[in-house]
Amino acid sequence: MADAVFLAISVLTIGSAIAALEIRSMIYGSIALMVTLAGVAGFFLLLDAPFVAMFQISVYVGSIAVLILFTVMLVRRELIFNKIEDPRRRYAGIGLMIVIMLGIGTIIIGSGIKSMEVDAPAVDFREIGKDFLTYYSPALVVMGLILASAVIGALTLARREDVTDEQRTD
Amino acid sequence: MSNELIEFVLVSVALLAIGIYGLAVKRNAIRMLFAIEMIVNAANLNIVAFSRFIPNSQGQTLALFSIAIAAAEVAVGLALIIVAYRMYKNIDIADFRSLKG
Repeated sequence: MADAVFLAISVLTIGSAIAALEIRSMIYGSIALMVTLAGVAGFFLLLDAPFVAMFQISVYVGSIAVLILFTVMLVRRELIFNKIEDPRRRYAGIGLMIVIMLGIGTIIIGSGIKSMEVDAPAVDFREIGKDFLTYYSPALVVMGLILASAVIGALTLARREDVTDEQRTD
Repeated sequence: MSNELIEFVLVSVALLAIGIYGLAVKRNAIRMLFAIEMIVNAANLNIVAFSRFIPNSQGQTLALFSIAIAAAEVAVGLALIIVAYRMYKNIDIADFRSLKG
């Protein structure tokens, strides 16, 4: 059965996921999204994956939080609080959510994974580091290139072309 | 370890369903990015849970790669939103329908 820590983390995660989409102010919404991501990091800790949990916290709660908060603050104030929604679309969305939850939930409960037991010890994170630097080292290099190109692409996209050196006064 | 695999998978399904709801209903571009993040995290949670219960270390490696790529995706997505906001002075998805030149 689920223990108290698991229940607390799951309530926190799912509650703040709903809050992130439904709170009027988008600044509080992005903070609620960060609570969701930190809750997922807590699940990783419960799953004996401390390396992934720390990576999740440092990447999502650390850097993506700052990115999203800055983007939200760059947008005009009335757009942050403005909620444009079709009520019929909203009910259809809630119906779709419930259908997905019930459908996939019944399929999962009906499948055999409920009887899956674990008796093996947790994977040591030193193994993962060793894997990264030996077997997965080409993939690691490619991932670094992807990150670099994504950052360069984001900078190029967000660059303002209408500001030239002549207009700059300082 | 007192938790069962099915509990983690059910939480992941709930996160996925909330993310799909957000993608279907919201018209605010930044909120749709939030929903995408939730879906990606549901997938990561699923991967790590199965890798703990199989047990196998490769699932955690895959989750690490997935988190890094999601970070790159968020950076590019936010830059696109800022460019679109500069062009249309709005972050409503319906205003981006005539997205051209």
